Amino acid sequence: MIGTGISVKSTTARRRHPLARVAVVALALGLLGGGYALAAPNGSTADAAIASGKADDTAQGKSLFVAHCASCHGMNAEGTDKAPTLIGVGAAAVDFQVSSGRMPMGDAGPQALRKPRPEWATDEAISQLAAYVQSLGGGPTIPTADQVDPAQGDPAKGGELFRANCIQCHNFTGSGGALTYGKHAPTLNPATPTEIYEAMITGPQAMPVFNDTTISPEQKRDMIAYITHVRKQVDPGGSGLMRIGPVTEGLVAWIAGIGLLSLAAIWITAKRRRVKA
Amino acid sequence: MTDNNIERPEGRVVPARVVGTPPAAGPSLGEEPVHAPPGDPGVVEQDPAAARRAERVVALLFTIAFLAGAGFIASYVTFQVGDIDSTATSNFALGGTLTLALLSLAIGITVWVRQIMPKYNLVQERHAMVSDPETREYVKETFLQGANESGFVKHGLLRRTLLLAAAPLGLAPLVLLKDLGPLPGTVLRHTVWGKPTENGKPRRLVVEGTGQPIRAADFNSPGGILSVVPEGYEHDLNELAKATLILLKLRQEEFKSGTNLNWTHDGIVAYSKICTHVGCPAALYEQTTHHILCPCHQSTFDAADGAKVIFGPAARPLPQLPIGIDDEGYLIAKSDFHVPVGPSFWERGDAEAEARETKS
Amino acid sequence: MNAPPKAIAGTSTFLDERLGAGSFLKRNLRKIFPDHWSFLLGEIALYSFIILLLTGTFLTFWFKPGMGHTTYLGSYAPLYGVQMSEAYASTLHITFDVRGGLLIRQMHHWAALLFVAGMMVHMLRVFFTGAYRKPRELNWLIGVLLLSLALVEGLTGYSLPDDLLSGAGLRITQGVALSIPIVGTYISFFLFGGEYPGHDVISRFYSLHILLIPGILLALISAHMILMWVQKHTQMPGKGRTESNVVGAPFYPAFMAKAGAFFLFTFGVIALLGTFAQINPVWLYGPYTPADISAGSQPDFYMGFLEGSLRLMPAWEFNLFGYTFAMSVLIPALVPLGIVMTGLALYPFLEQWVTGDRREHHVCDRPRNNPHRTAIGMAGITFYGVLWLLGANDEISSTFHISLYTTTILGRIAIFVGPAIAYFVAYRICIGLQRKDAEVLSHGVESGVIKRMPNGQYIEVHTPPAEDIAAHIRGKKEIPIIEGGVDGEEVPPKGLRSGVGRLRAKMSKAYGTDHVPFHEEEVEEHAAVGAGEHKQLH
Repeated sequence: MIGTGISVKSTTARRRHPLARVAVVALALGLLGGGYALAAPNGSTADAAIASGKADDTAQGKSLFVAHCASCHGMNAEGTDKAPTLIGVGAAAVDFQVSSGRMPMGDAGPQALRKPRPEWATDEAISQLAAYVQSLGGGPTIPTADQVDPAQGDPAKGGELFRANCIQCHNFTGSGGALTYGKHAPTLNPATPTEIYEAMITGPQAMPVFNDTTISPEQKRDMIAYITHVRKQVDPGGSGLMRIGPVTEGLVAWIAGIGLLSLAAIWITAKRRRVKA
Repeated sequence: MTDNNIERPEGRVVPARVVGTPPAAGPSLGEEPVHAPPGDPGVVEQDPAAARRAERVVALLFTIAFLAGAGFIASYVTFQVGDIDSTATSNFALGGTLTLALLSLAIGITVWVRQIMPKYNLVQERHAMVSDPETREYVKETFLQGANESGFVKHGLLRRTLLLAAAPLGLAPLVLLKDLGPLPGTVLRHTVWGKPTENGKPRRLVVEGTGQPIRAADFNSPGGILSVVPEGYEHDLNELAKATLILLKLRQEEFKSGTNLNWTHDGIVAYSKICTHVGCPAALYEQTTHHILCPCHQSTFDAADGAKVIFGPAARPLPQLPIGIDDEGYLIAKSDFHVPVGPSFWERGDAEAEARETKS
Repeated sequence: MNAPPKAIAGTSTFLDERLGAGSFLKRNLRKIFPDHWSFLLGEIALYSFIILLLTGTFLTFWFKPGMGHTTYLGSYAPLYGVQMSEAYASTLHITFDVRGGLLIRQMHHWAALLFVAGMMVHMLRVFFTGAYRKPRELNWLIGVLLLSLALVEGLTGYSLPDDLLSGAGLRITQGVALSIPIVGTYISFFLFGGEYPGHDVISRFYSLHILLIPGILLALISAHMILMWVQKHTQMPGKGRTESNVVGAPFYPAFMAKAGAFFLFTFGVIALLGTFAQINPVWLYGPYTPADISAGSQPDFYMGFLEGSLRLMPAWEFNLFGYTFAMSVLIPALVPLGIVMTGLALYPFLEQWVTGDRREHHVCDRPRNNPHRTAIGMAGITFYGVLWLLGANDEISSTFHISLYTTTILGRIAIFVGPAIAYFVAYRICIGLQRKDAEVLSHGVESGVIKRMPNGQYIEVHTPPAEDIAAHIRGKKEIPIIEGGVDGEEVPPKGLRSGVGRLRAKMSKAYGTDHVPFHEEEVEEHAAVGAGEHKQLH
């Protein structure tokens, strides 16, 4: 069940592949001061727009922001007592929070939870919103498809980094775990490679930041390779029992093991009551 | 209801309320009576027709067990291992056939016992465990006789020197265990951070898993965390068990009085990763609350306030390592920890107070 | 068949001439074993142990108990090229590169869990039925020893693969060892051959795990079996069953076949679990390093109560004369274990002291018929259960979204309140069940037949209970009370005048007083009426 892999979100990620490649080029050109972008044929110019700072998307993003985010984050994303400022959080934070459905936040709780996106939050709307927030004060940008491509990573190297940096909160297979005051580290299973990368560079909610200058983008890709490899991997010994270790194993030993053997004992020793005429 | 003995099983043997051991009843422990000659009322034969039906069921189950057992051998030959998917297949095939064989046999034998073997309600007598008085008396006399004959009682010198001889021999095995380990000395008080590198420079902090040194200017995102090990000891588990750090980047204004700001560098602070409770790596860091949580027993430390304990069984803060930068801008340890890291031990004493005294 | 086949006859003559086995078999082939499903629970542990020996031997053929560094070049891709210990690498080899290796490894681990779980349910059965009473106290003590050793055997066993999870357990073990006053540091250095983790602990645990402890376990299990054989098994109360007989089926052939079937069931269930439920996936944990840890690091279930008590404890440590007393480690590591194990070991003797009962007992108590014992047992289970549950409080917190600290604080309250509530509830339930029994004897059981009386009233006809059920119920026995002391009318005997003596007398009265005595006369009368009514209806 866990092994079935990446879920719906990853298909969205894959659909973006060609566009994102365009974005890499655009980003490079933008940094060189070229200042032009390649227009994509079908209108969804997500990442290219961020890089080039295309005015339309930013304006569109601002109106989305006012409609859906400003009530908590303030009209100019300056933050309120309900929610922090978004100036400088970058496009990556917006993409992570909105694409995983965490924002807009539903119920007030210890932390924002992954949930289905609202209808307005299409890929295009998210990219416009991201472009707007990026325009406010910079910050981490959305990784390119190459940067998060598990196929290009080394899972064994990534595993070592994963064990050094991630499993203390997210558990050894990314099944998640408890934090203080009702917070918890979520399971990594539904997260797309892009979201994993974005979470590392932006540090959403209680999660600390792993910036690119200390854990390089290649090392992050290795970690993504390990995470996606292991979650797709079959459990060779039968059911993975939620992959959380000895707690479920103990429950199975008592309920299935002792339970079945008690039934066997009852059957072996049961007397059939003879019916008297 | 017809038999009084059954209603009050103890009525004959023992008074209803007794203090002390009742006298042994019945014959003393000896040969068990042999039971159940043919035609014994305690042995009720099964209906032959039902037994024949059951036989067919049992035979079917035993045949299944045979086939599954053969399948087990076939699976061993057929399914090779060598990657995780083939291991899964092999495990499933081997385990499935073995389970089927064993459970079919088990069910078969149970049906056999229940429906082919007779029903038993045999009775066997039970006797008190204690031996009869004559036997006990005999054993007592024999013991005394032997003790006297041996001269062990009469010859005191013999007795005392024998005990004397036994004493060192009894201790010998314990003495032999001495070389199980070196004596602790003071190694628990020091880590490799206090030792300069081979070329005499202060030891750099390197990232666990990659071994790269850390330029302070690169570790610049507030809310950042790194798991850090000492340069040159990346794979020395004994040192890692004491010297591993968590390196945190906070905003300057977030620090509280508990943190020694002289030991930080530009908002970067290094704490021992080894929990002061029983030594698990305390590494769950929440950048919003600055809580460091140990996943083993949930001791929680406040990273902004000198890693002082705010919940859980740990009694002492995580020790802070004095850090700075070298001339190339890489983070280094300025000295060893000022107090022993990790779990408390008997000889540790109030190391914190000692450290304060040395400073003042 | 009128004569044994020649092969068997010849062999047995050969053996009898050399061993004199005939008289032993004469006495024992038809030894009677009473039948009750709960009497088979201990066999789960026995057979699991046999399976552990078999599967464990298989594992030793490939396992390398070394801590030397090696680079993994086996077939599990996500660890390829990773540095690890020989022990971990050889465990991966058994798992992925030996046919049947994974199955046997999993069966070994499941059998270990069932070994301990089987011992626990067996011990609870013995406790609640009072089967530990004279003359079986020694066998009970052997049982307590077996359980303690099994915990150590388990700890040394699951540490062997040297994976990240088991390493965390080892680290905690070392932290606990360090906290022991005076000798703690030395114990740690001698166990690990120097500083933690050192290079010796796996090979040392290996010889403990495969030689020393199983050797002692085997010897104690044999003694346990021999004593059971010599003392003959206890039996449940019932028709024709007394303190001076055993009623049941003969060893040969019926009990032998049943035991064989149950062995196969145990083996089969362990194989079933080994096939369909993955256990201890060390390849997912990664190799051990003292620098890393996973969320939700738990020990195997039988160590969970120690983990829970460590989690429950508030911070407490002080220094005296320059030495450190790490109470927040010492207390949770030693006190609950001490309470549970010492309590178990002493219970038979404490009960004897309180009741003054020195008689032999071979007929089991039904748990309801000794309400205080049952309540004490349930309080113990609750105490253990709260600690055990708290050992998994992080999983509970993240699964059910309860705040982590809330679980800890609730646990701190529950560890004191829980056992008291359990005691009270269990006691009331026992008394309630006794009342029900008394009612069955005095009023019979509902027959399902409704009868209209001449005055228009409807009643349900009660019939007397079936003979075997009535006999089972009447098996209830008085619990002796030591004489004198409490009522104050007579001068109490010498031993009971002191404070302890008065307490003893008081406890004895509380422990032994029967609140629901049966009134047999009434039984007969009413049952007769019931039977009469019943006949008229036909």
